[in-house]
Amino acid sequence: MIAVLIAELAVVGAGPAGVSGALEAASHGVRVALVDRGDRTGGQLLKQTHKFFGWHRKSAGTRGILIARQFEGEVRSDPNVTFLSGTEALGYYDDGVLLLESPGGIDRLHCDRLLVATGASERMLVFPGNDLPGVYGAGAVQTLMNVHGVRPGRSVLMIGSGNIGLIVSYQLAQAGVEVAAVVEALPAIGGYAVHASKIRRLGIPILTRHTIKEAYGKDQVEGAVIWELDGKWVGIPGTERDLDVDVVCLATGLTPLAEILWQAGAEIKYIPELGGFVPLYNQDMETTAKGVFVAGDVAGIEEASTAMAAGRLAGLCAARSLGKVADGEFKDLHESISTELAELRAGPTGEKILKGLAQIWSGTEVGA
Amino acid sequence: MVECFQRIPCDPCHYSCRSGAIKEFKDINDVPEVDWEKCTGCGVCVAACPGLAVFVMDETASASECLVAMPHEFSPLPREGDTVDLLDREGVALTRGMVERVIPGRKPAGTPVVWVRAPKEYSLTVRGLCLTKEGD
Repeated sequence: MIAVLIAELAVVGAGPAGVSGALEAASHGVRVALVDRGDRTGGQLLKQTHKFFGWHRKSAGTRGILIARQFEGEVRSDPNVTFLSGTEALGYYDDGVLLLESPGGIDRLHCDRLLVATGASERMLVFPGNDLPGVYGAGAVQTLMNVHGVRPGRSVLMIGSGNIGLIVSYQLAQAGVEVAAVVEALPAIGGYAVHASKIRRLGIPILTRHTIKEAYGKDQVEGAVIWELDGKWVGIPGTERDLDVDVVCLATGLTPLAEILWQAGAEIKYIPELGGFVPLYNQDMETTAKGVFVAGDVAGIEEASTAMAAGRLAGLCAARSLGKVADGEFKDLHESISTELAELRAGPTGEKILKGLAQIWSGTEVGA
Repeated sequence: MVECFQRIPCDPCHYSCRSGAIKEFKDINDVPEVDWEKCTGCGVCVAACPGLAVFVMDETASASECLVAMPHEFSPLPREGDTVDLLDREGVALTRGMVERVIPGRKPAGTPVVWVRAPKEYSLTVRGLCLTKEGD
Protein backbone atom coordinates (compact mmCIF):
# COMPACT_ATOMS: atom_id res chain seq x y z
CA MET A 1 0.00 0.00 0.00
CA ILE A 2 1.31 3.42 -0.91
CA ALA A 3 1.52 5.84 1.98
CA VAL A 4 0.71 9.48 1.34
CA LEU A 5 2.81 12.05 3.18
CA ILE A 6 2.43 15.81 3.22
CA ALA A 7 5.00 18.53 3.74
CA GLU A 8 5.29 22.19 2.77
CA LEU A 9 8.92 21.75 1.73
CA ALA A 10 10.58 18.52 0.69
CA VAL A 11 14.37 18.54 0.76
CA VAL A 12 16.16 15.79 -1.13
CA GLY A 13 19.64 15.21 0.23
CA ALA A 14 20.66 15.66 3.86
CA GLY A 15 24.20 16.87 3.29
CA PRO A 16 25.39 20.35 4.33
CA ALA A 17 23.24 22.15 1.75
CA GLY A 18 20.07 20.16 2.37
CA VAL A 19 20.29 20.28 6.15
CA SER A 20 21.04 24.01 6.15
CA GLY A 21 18.07 24.59 3.85
CA ALA A 22 15.76 22.43 5.93
CA LEU A 23 16.73 24.11 9.20
CA GLU A 24 16.48 27.60 7.74
CA ALA A 25 13.01 26.99 6.30
CA ALA A 26 11.93 25.31 9.55
CA SER A 27 13.07 28.34 11.50
CA HIS A 28 10.46 30.36 9.61
CA GLY A 29 7.73 27.91 10.46
CA VAL A 30 7.83 25.75 7.35
CA ARG A 31 6.98 22.04 7.81
CA VAL A 32 9.90 20.21 6.20
CA ALA A 33 10.42 16.62 5.11
CA LEU A 34 14.14 15.91 4.75
CA VAL A 35 14.92 12.85 2.64
CA ASP A 36 18.19 10.95 2.32
CA ARG A 37 19.04 7.45 1.18
CA GLY A 38 21.58 7.13 3.99
CA ASP A 39 20.83 6.35 7.61
CA ARG A 40 22.11 9.66 8.92
CA THR A 41 22.26 13.30 7.98
CA GLY A 42 25.61 14.75 6.95
CA GLY A 43 26.24 13.74 3.32
CA GLN A 44 29.92 14.06 2.51
CA LEU A 45 30.61 15.51 5.96
CA LEU A 46 30.23 12.03 7.45
CA LYS A 47 33.55 10.94 6.05
CA GLN A 48 35.48 14.16 6.33
CA THR A 49 37.96 13.74 9.14
CA HIS A 50 39.96 16.79 8.08
CA LYS A 51 39.48 20.30 9.43
CA PHE A 52 37.34 22.85 7.68
CA PHE A 53 38.57 26.08 6.22
CA GLY A 54 36.38 29.17 5.91
CA TRP A 55 35.25 31.41 8.73
CA HIS A 56 36.12 30.99 12.36
CA ARG A 57 32.56 31.91 13.24
CA LYS A 58 31.26 29.27 10.87
CA SER A 59 32.95 26.00 11.80
CA ALA A 60 36.47 26.66 10.48
CA GLY A 61 38.92 24.38 12.27
CA THR A 62 36.17 21.88 13.05
CA ARG A 63 36.30 18.45 11.49
CA GLY A 64 33.56 17.63 9.00
CA ILE A 65 32.40 14.62 11.02
CA LEU A 66 31.72 16.85 14.04
CA ILE A 67 29.77 19.31 11.93
CA ALA A 68 27.72 16.33 10.73
CA ARG A 69 27.06 15.41 14.36
CA GLN A 70 25.96 18.94 15.19
CA PHE A 71 23.59 18.88 12.22
CA GLU A 72 22.17 15.56 13.33
CA GLY A 73 21.35 17.01 16.74
CA GLU A 74 19.75 20.10 15.27
CA VAL A 75 17.62 18.12 12.83
CA ARG A 76 16.44 15.67 15.47
CA SER A 77 15.42 18.40 17.87
CA ASP A 78 13.63 20.59 15.33
CA PRO A 79 9.85 20.00 15.60
CA ASN A 80 9.33 21.32 12.06
CA VAL A 81 11.69 18.85 10.40
CA THR A 82 10.91 15.20 9.76
CA PHE A 83 13.92 13.20 8.65
CA LEU A 84 13.10 10.30 6.33
CA SER A 85 16.27 8.22 6.40
CA GLY A 86 16.98 5.24 4.17
CA THR A 87 14.69 6.84 1.61
CA GLU A 88 15.45 7.51 -2.02
CA ALA A 89 13.62 10.07 -4.14
CA LEU A 90 12.58 8.46 -7.41
CA GLY A 91 11.06 11.40 -9.20
CA TYR A 92 9.17 14.66 -8.92
CA TYR A 93 5.90 15.13 -10.79
CA ASP A 94 3.81 18.07 -12.07
CA ASP A 95 1.21 17.61 -9.41
CA GLY A 96 3.74 18.38 -6.72
CA VAL A 97 4.34 14.77 -5.81
CA LEU A 98 7.75 13.47 -4.86
CA LEU A 99 7.88 9.71 -5.21
CA LEU A 100 9.92 8.02 -2.52
CA GLU A 101 11.27 4.52 -2.07
CA SER A 102 12.37 3.01 1.20
CA PRO A 103 12.67 -0.54 2.50
CA GLY A 104 9.03 -0.21 3.47
CA GLY A 105 7.94 0.39 -0.12
CA ILE A 106 6.87 3.33 -2.25
CA ASP A 107 5.45 6.52 -0.76
CA ARG A 108 4.04 9.68 -2.28
CA LEU A 109 5.16 12.90 -0.63
CA HIS A 110 2.92 15.85 -1.51
CA CYS A 111 4.93 19.02 -1.15
CA ASP A 112 4.37 22.65 -2.06
CA ARG A 113 8.07 23.31 -2.65
CA LEU A 114 11.08 21.12 -3.39
CA LEU A 115 14.74 21.75 -2.59
CA VAL A 116 17.13 19.48 -4.48
CA ALA A 117 20.45 19.15 -2.66
CA THR A 118 21.59 15.81 -3.99
CA GLY A 119 25.24 16.73 -4.29
CA ALA A 120 27.65 15.17 -6.72
CA SER A 121 29.61 12.03 -7.50
CA GLU A 122 33.01 11.10 -8.88
CA ARG A 123 33.73 11.50 -12.55
CA MET A 124 34.85 8.26 -14.18
CA LEU A 125 38.10 8.12 -16.10
CA VAL A 126 38.63 5.98 -19.17
CA PHE A 127 41.74 3.80 -19.24
CA PRO A 128 42.48 0.13 -19.86
CA GLY A 129 41.79 -1.84 -16.71
CA ASN A 130 39.42 0.73 -15.25
CA ASP A 131 36.90 -1.99 -14.51
CA LEU A 132 39.22 -4.06 -12.34
CA PRO A 133 38.40 -4.51 -8.65
CA GLY A 134 40.69 -2.12 -6.86
CA VAL A 135 39.73 0.92 -8.95
CA TYR A 136 37.76 3.23 -6.67
CA GLY A 137 36.39 6.73 -6.65
CA ALA A 138 38.15 8.81 -3.98
CA GLY A 139 34.86 9.35 -2.18
CA ALA A 140 34.35 5.61 -1.91
CA VAL A 141 37.82 5.16 -0.40
CA GLN A 142 37.04 7.90 2.08
CA THR A 143 33.78 6.25 3.09
CA LEU A 144 35.42 2.84 3.37
CA MET A 145 38.18 4.15 5.62
CA ASN A 146 36.59 6.91 7.60
CA VAL A 147 33.10 5.54 8.08
CA HIS A 148 33.74 1.81 8.10
CA GLY A 149 37.38 1.60 9.23
CA VAL A 150 38.42 -0.57 6.29
CA ARG A 151 41.66 -0.06 4.34
CA PRO A 152 41.08 -0.20 0.57
CA GLY A 153 44.41 -1.95 -0.04
CA ARG A 154 48.14 -1.78 0.50
CA SER A 155 49.38 0.83 -1.95
CA VAL A 156 47.47 3.46 -3.88
CA LEU A 157 47.92 5.42 -7.10
CA MET A 158 45.90 8.61 -6.67
CA ILE A 159 44.72 10.21 -9.90
CA GLY A 160 44.00 13.90 -9.47
CA SER A 161 45.60 16.60 -7.34
CA GLY A 162 42.51 18.64 -6.54
CA ASN A 163 41.58 19.02 -2.88
CA ILE A 164 39.87 15.65 -2.80
CA GLY A 165 42.90 13.80 -4.22
CA LEU A 166 45.25 15.56 -1.81
CA ILE A 167 43.04 15.14 1.25
CA VAL A 168 42.23 11.48 0.61
CA SER A 169 45.96 10.80 0.07
CA TYR A 170 46.60 12.29 3.50
CA GLN A 171 43.83 10.19 5.03
CA LEU A 172 45.22 7.05 3.37
CA ALA A 173 48.60 7.79 4.97
CA GLN A 174 46.88 8.29 8.33
CA ALA A 175 45.32 4.84 7.91
CA GLY A 176 48.73 3.30 7.26
CA VAL A 177 48.19 2.86 3.52
CA GLU A 178 51.03 3.73 1.20
CA VAL A 179 50.38 6.33 -1.51
CA ALA A 180 52.82 5.54 -4.30
CA ALA A 181 52.12 8.75 -6.18
CA VAL A 182 49.57 11.42 -6.96
CA VAL A 183 49.36 12.07 -10.69
CA GLU A 184 47.93 15.24 -12.16
CA ALA A 185 47.38 15.74 -15.89
CA LEU A 186 47.56 19.52 -15.62
CA PRO A 187 50.90 21.31 -15.29
CA ALA A 188 50.00 22.57 -11.81
CA ILE A 189 48.58 21.10 -8.61
CA GLY A 190 44.84 21.65 -8.52
CA GLY A 191 44.11 21.82 -4.80
CA TYR A 192 45.21 24.10 -1.97
CA ALA A 193 48.97 24.49 -1.50
CA VAL A 194 48.68 23.63 2.19
CA HIS A 195 47.05 20.27 1.38
CA ALA A 196 49.82 19.53 -1.10
CA SER A 197 52.50 20.53 1.43
CA LYS A 198 51.01 18.17 4.00
CA ILE A 199 51.41 15.14 1.75
CA ARG A 200 54.80 16.21 0.42
CA ARG A 201 56.03 16.26 4.02
CA LEU A 202 55.08 12.56 4.08
CA GLY A 203 57.25 11.97 1.04
CA ILE A 204 54.30 11.37 -1.29
CA PRO A 205 55.32 12.36 -4.84
CA ILE A 206 52.99 14.64 -6.79
CA LEU A 207 53.68 14.23 -10.50
CA THR A 208 52.18 16.96 -12.64
CA ARG A 209 51.70 16.42 -16.39
CA HIS A 210 51.26 12.73 -15.64
CA THR A 211 48.36 10.38 -15.90
CA ILE A 212 47.55 6.69 -15.82
CA LYS A 213 48.18 4.70 -18.95
CA GLU A 214 46.63 1.47 -17.70
CA ALA A 215 45.83 -0.61 -14.66
CA TYR A 216 46.53 -4.34 -14.91
CA GLY A 217 45.95 -7.53 -13.02
CA LYS A 218 44.22 -10.87 -13.36
CA ASP A 219 41.23 -10.56 -11.02
CA GLN A 220 42.07 -7.23 -9.41
CA VAL A 221 44.52 -4.38 -9.67
CA GLU A 222 48.07 -5.70 -9.35
CA GLY A 223 49.87 -2.71 -10.77
CA ALA A 224 49.45 0.46 -12.78
CA VAL A 225 51.48 2.20 -15.44
CA ILE A 226 51.71 5.98 -15.43
CA TRP A 227 53.25 8.23 -18.05
CA GLU A 228 54.01 11.83 -18.83
CA LEU A 229 51.76 13.93 -21.06
CA ASP A 230 52.92 16.26 -23.78
CA GLY A 231 51.43 19.70 -24.49
CA LYS A 232 48.53 18.11 -26.34
CA TRP A 233 47.50 15.73 -23.53
CA VAL A 234 49.02 12.78 -25.33
CA GLY A 235 51.11 10.23 -23.46
CA ILE A 236 54.81 10.31 -24.29
CA PRO A 237 56.12 6.84 -25.17
CA GLY A 238 59.22 5.99 -23.18
CA THR A 239 58.12 7.85 -20.05
CA GLU A 240 56.15 4.91 -18.66
CA ARG A 241 56.63 3.95 -15.03
CA ASP A 242 55.26 0.75 -13.54
CA LEU A 243 53.93 1.20 -10.02
CA ASP A 244 53.42 -1.64 -7.57
CA VAL A 245 49.96 -0.67 -6.39
CA ASP A 246 46.78 -2.60 -5.65
CA VAL A 247 44.44 0.38 -5.59
CA VAL A 248 43.81 3.07 -8.19
CA CYS A 249 41.87 5.98 -6.77
CA LEU A 250 40.03 8.41 -9.06
CA ALA A 251 39.84 12.00 -7.87
CA THR A 252 39.42 13.77 -11.19
CA GLY A 253 36.48 15.87 -10.22
CA LEU A 254 32.90 15.62 -9.15
CA THR A 255 29.91 16.00 -11.35
CA PRO A 256 26.42 16.98 -10.14
CA LEU A 257 23.81 14.29 -9.43
CA ALA A 258 21.16 16.20 -11.26
CA GLU A 259 18.95 13.36 -12.53
CA ILE A 260 15.91 14.42 -10.54
CA LEU A 261 16.18 17.93 -11.97
CA TRP A 262 16.28 16.61 -15.54
CA GLN A 263 13.25 14.51 -14.72
CA ALA A 264 11.42 17.45 -13.13
CA GLY A 265 11.88 19.45 -16.31
CA ALA A 266 14.28 22.09 -14.99
CA GLU A 267 16.46 23.74 -17.61
CA ILE A 268 19.98 22.34 -17.45
CA LYS A 269 23.17 23.74 -18.99
CA TYR A 270 26.62 22.25 -19.45
CA ILE A 271 29.06 24.49 -17.59
CA PRO A 272 32.55 23.00 -17.22
CA GLU A 273 33.58 25.48 -14.52
CA LEU A 274 30.81 24.13 -12.31
CA GLY A 275 31.49 20.46 -12.97
CA GLY A 276 29.20 19.54 -15.82
CA PHE A 277 25.44 19.60 -16.24
CA VAL A 278 23.98 22.07 -13.76
CA PRO A 279 20.48 23.54 -13.37
CA LEU A 280 19.88 27.18 -14.25
CA TYR A 281 18.69 29.12 -11.22
CA ASN A 282 18.02 32.72 -10.15
CA GLN A 283 19.07 34.90 -7.21
CA ASP A 284 16.54 33.04 -5.07
CA MET A 285 18.06 29.63 -5.86
CA GLU A 286 14.93 28.68 -7.83
CA THR A 287 15.27 26.66 -11.05
CA THR A 288 13.10 27.09 -14.14
CA ALA A 289 10.87 24.34 -12.75
CA LYS A 290 8.48 26.36 -10.62
CA GLY A 291 8.80 25.74 -6.92
CA VAL A 292 11.97 23.68 -7.35
CA PHE A 293 15.03 25.11 -5.58
CA VAL A 294 18.64 23.93 -5.58
CA ALA A 295 21.69 24.28 -3.36
CA GLY A 296 25.08 22.68 -2.84
CA ASP A 297 27.21 20.67 -5.25
CA VAL A 298 24.25 19.74 -7.45
CA ALA A 299 24.12 23.41 -8.45
CA GLY A 300 27.85 23.61 -9.08
CA ILE A 301 30.83 21.85 -7.51
CA GLU A 302 32.21 23.98 -4.70
CA GLU A 303 32.64 23.05 -1.09
CA ALA A 304 30.93 22.75 2.25
CA SER A 305 30.88 26.38 3.44
CA THR A 306 29.25 27.56 0.21
CA ALA A 307 26.91 24.57 0.32
CA MET A 308 25.73 25.58 3.79
CA ALA A 309 25.27 29.22 2.84
CA ALA A 310 23.51 28.40 -0.44
CA GLY A 311 21.33 25.90 1.42
CA ARG A 312 20.26 28.56 3.87
CA LEU A 313 19.51 30.93 1.01
CA ALA A 314 17.39 28.32 -0.75
CA GLY A 315 15.57 27.46 2.48
CA LEU A 316 14.91 31.14 3.13
CA CYS A 317 13.58 31.72 -0.37
CA ALA A 318 11.40 28.62 -0.28
CA ALA A 319 9.96 29.84 3.04
CA ARG A 320 9.40 33.28 1.54
CA SER A 321 7.58 31.83 -1.45
CA LEU A 322 5.28 30.05 1.01
CA GLY A 323 4.47 33.40 2.59
CA LYS A 324 6.32 32.68 5.81
CA VAL A 325 8.87 35.49 5.79
CA ALA A 326 8.10 39.20 6.08
CA ASP A 327 9.53 41.62 3.47
CA GLY A 328 12.00 43.38 5.73
CA GLU A 329 13.35 40.22 7.32
CA PHE A 330 13.64 38.52 3.94
CA LYS A 331 15.55 41.41 2.42
CA ASP A 332 18.02 41.53 5.34
CA LEU A 333 18.64 37.79 5.48
CA HIS A 334 18.89 37.45 1.69
CA GLU A 335 21.47 40.22 1.63
CA SER A 336 23.51 38.85 4.52
CA ILE A 337 23.68 35.29 3.13
CA SER A 338 24.44 36.55 -0.39
CA THR A 339 27.26 38.65 1.03
CA GLU A 340 28.63 35.60 2.82
CA LEU A 341 28.64 33.66 -0.47
CA ALA A 342 30.33 36.54 -2.25
CA GLU A 343 33.02 36.73 0.42
CA LEU A 344 33.72 33.01 0.21
CA ARG A 345 34.05 33.29 -3.55
CA ALA A 346 36.09 36.50 -3.54
CA GLY A 347 39.54 34.94 -3.58
CA PRO A 348 41.40 33.25 -6.45
CA THR A 349 39.75 29.95 -5.59
CA GLY A 350 36.37 31.50 -6.32
CA GLU A 351 37.28 32.85 -9.75
CA LYS A 352 36.40 29.68 -11.60
CA ILE A 353 33.08 29.44 -9.76
CA LEU A 354 32.18 33.04 -10.54
CA LYS A 355 32.95 32.44 -14.22
CA GLY A 356 30.61 29.47 -14.13
CA LEU A 357 27.89 31.33 -12.24
CA ALA A 358 28.03 34.17 -14.75
CA GLN A 359 26.94 31.65 -17.38
CA ILE A 360 23.99 30.65 -15.21
CA TRP A 361 22.93 34.21 -14.66
CA SER A 362 23.62 35.52 -18.16
CA GLY A 363 20.55 37.34 -19.26
CA THR A 364 19.46 37.98 -15.70
CA GLU A 365 20.87 40.34 -13.09
CA VAL A 366 24.37 39.21 -12.17
CA GLY A 367 24.42 37.86 -8.65
CA ALA A 368 26.76 37.78 -5.67
CA MET B 1 56.01 30.50 11.09
CA VAL B 2 52.77 30.44 9.12
CA GLU B 3 53.62 28.57 5.94
CA CYS B 4 50.45 29.63 4.18
CA PHE B 5 51.18 31.59 1.03
CA GLN B 6 48.12 31.10 -1.11
CA ARG B 7 44.96 33.19 -1.01
CA ILE B 8 42.20 30.87 0.19
CA PRO B 9 39.10 31.61 2.29
CA CYS B 10 40.28 30.74 5.80
CA ASP B 11 40.73 32.71 9.05
CA PRO B 12 40.86 30.64 12.27
CA CYS B 13 44.57 31.30 12.90
CA HIS B 14 43.89 34.92 13.82
CA TYR B 15 41.23 33.89 16.30
CA SER B 16 43.32 31.19 17.91
CA CYS B 17 46.09 33.51 19.07
CA ARG B 18 45.72 34.78 22.64
CA SER B 19 48.25 37.55 22.10
CA GLY B 20 46.82 38.93 18.87
CA ALA B 21 50.06 38.01 17.09
CA ILE B 22 48.33 36.86 13.91
CA LYS B 23 46.85 39.97 12.38
CA GLU B 24 43.16 40.38 11.76
CA PHE B 25 41.95 39.66 8.23
CA LYS B 26 40.39 42.42 6.20
CA ASP B 27 39.46 39.89 3.53
CA ILE B 28 39.06 36.23 4.51
CA ASN B 29 41.23 35.29 1.52
CA ASP B 30 44.23 37.30 2.74
CA VAL B 31 47.45 35.49 3.60
CA PRO B 32 48.14 35.50 7.38
CA GLU B 33 50.68 37.99 8.77
CA VAL B 34 52.49 37.56 12.07
CA ASP B 35 53.33 40.40 14.44
CA TRP B 36 56.64 39.09 15.81
CA GLU B 37 56.61 41.52 18.73
CA LYS B 38 53.47 39.91 20.08
CA CYS B 39 54.19 36.23 19.44
CA THR B 40 55.05 34.32 22.61
CA GLY B 41 55.76 31.02 20.84
CA CYS B 42 52.96 29.24 22.69
CA GLY B 43 52.00 27.15 19.66
CA VAL B 44 48.20 27.30 19.98
CA CYS B 45 48.05 28.34 16.32
CA VAL B 46 49.91 25.16 15.35
CA ALA B 47 46.94 23.10 16.52
CA ALA B 48 44.33 25.53 15.22
CA CYS B 49 45.35 25.75 11.56
CA PRO B 50 43.10 23.58 9.35
CA GLY B 51 45.87 23.32 6.77
CA LEU B 52 48.47 22.16 9.33
CA ALA B 53 50.66 24.92 7.97
CA VAL B 54 51.88 26.58 11.18
CA PHE B 55 55.13 25.78 12.98
CA VAL B 56 56.94 27.38 15.91
CA MET B 57 60.71 27.55 16.23
CA ASP B 58 62.28 28.35 19.58
CA GLU B 59 65.93 29.18 19.03
CA THR B 60 66.66 29.75 22.74
CA ALA B 61 66.63 26.06 23.68
CA SER B 62 70.41 25.88 23.96
CA ALA B 63 73.54 27.19 22.24
CA SER B 64 73.37 24.47 19.58
CA GLU B 65 69.74 23.40 19.60
CA CYS B 66 66.31 24.67 18.76
CA LEU B 67 62.83 23.42 19.54
CA VAL B 68 60.36 23.04 16.70
CA ALA B 69 56.62 22.60 17.25
CA MET B 70 54.72 20.79 14.53
CA PRO B 71 51.21 19.44 14.06
CA HIS B 72 51.09 15.62 14.03
CA GLU B 73 47.89 13.76 13.26
CA PHE B 74 49.10 10.17 13.29
CA SER B 75 48.67 7.25 15.64
CA PRO B 76 50.48 6.27 17.73
CA LEU B 77 51.74 9.63 18.91
CA PRO B 78 55.38 9.73 19.92
CA ARG B 79 56.13 9.98 23.62
CA GLU B 80 58.30 12.51 25.42
CA GLY B 81 61.88 11.28 25.38
CA ASP B 82 61.46 9.25 22.18
CA THR B 83 64.11 9.62 19.53
CA VAL B 84 62.53 10.27 16.16
CA ASP B 85 63.61 10.91 12.58
CA LEU B 86 63.17 14.57 11.74
CA LEU B 87 61.92 15.16 8.20
CA ASP B 88 62.04 18.06 5.80
CA ARG B 89 59.25 19.39 3.61
CA GLU B 90 59.70 16.50 1.19
CA GLY B 91 59.59 13.84 3.86
CA VAL B 92 63.35 13.24 3.66
CA ALA B 93 65.01 12.43 6.99
CA LEU B 94 67.44 15.21 7.93
CA THR B 95 68.63 14.04 11.30
CA ARG B 96 67.47 12.42 14.50
CA GLY B 97 65.98 14.39 17.33
CA MET B 98 64.32 13.94 20.67
CA VAL B 99 60.69 14.52 21.44
CA GLU B 100 60.58 17.27 24.02
CA ARG B 101 56.86 17.58 24.56
CA VAL B 102 53.63 16.14 23.20
CA ILE B 103 50.46 18.19 23.57
CA PRO B 104 47.44 16.00 22.82
CA GLY B 105 44.69 17.49 20.71
CA ARG B 106 42.07 19.44 22.56
CA LYS B 107 38.90 17.35 22.79
CA PRO B 108 36.90 16.25 20.95
CA ALA B 109 39.26 15.81 18.02
CA GLY B 110 41.93 18.50 18.10
CA THR B 111 45.29 18.33 16.41
CA PRO B 112 48.17 17.07 18.58
CA VAL B 113 51.28 19.25 18.65
CA VAL B 114 54.74 17.71 19.03
CA TRP B 115 57.77 19.73 20.13
CA VAL B 116 61.08 18.27 18.98
CA ARG B 117 64.63 19.20 19.88
CA ALA B 118 66.86 19.54 16.85
CA PRO B 119 70.25 20.98 15.95
CA LYS B 120 69.80 24.70 15.46
CA GLU B 121 70.75 24.66 11.77
CA TYR B 122 67.56 22.71 11.03
CA SER B 123 65.09 25.16 12.53
CA LEU B 124 63.86 26.31 9.12
CA THR B 125 63.79 22.87 7.53
CA VAL B 126 62.50 20.36 10.10
CA ARG B 127 58.79 20.10 9.43
CA GLY B 128 57.83 16.50 10.20
CA LEU B 129 58.73 13.47 12.23
CA CYS B 130 58.69 9.75 11.86
CA LEU B 131 58.93 7.18 14.62
CA THR B 132 62.17 5.26 14.25
CA LYS B 133 61.75 1.55 13.65
CA GLU B 134 62.65 -0.95 16.39
CA GLY B 135 66.33 -1.80 16.40
CA ASP B 136 67.40 1.38 14.59
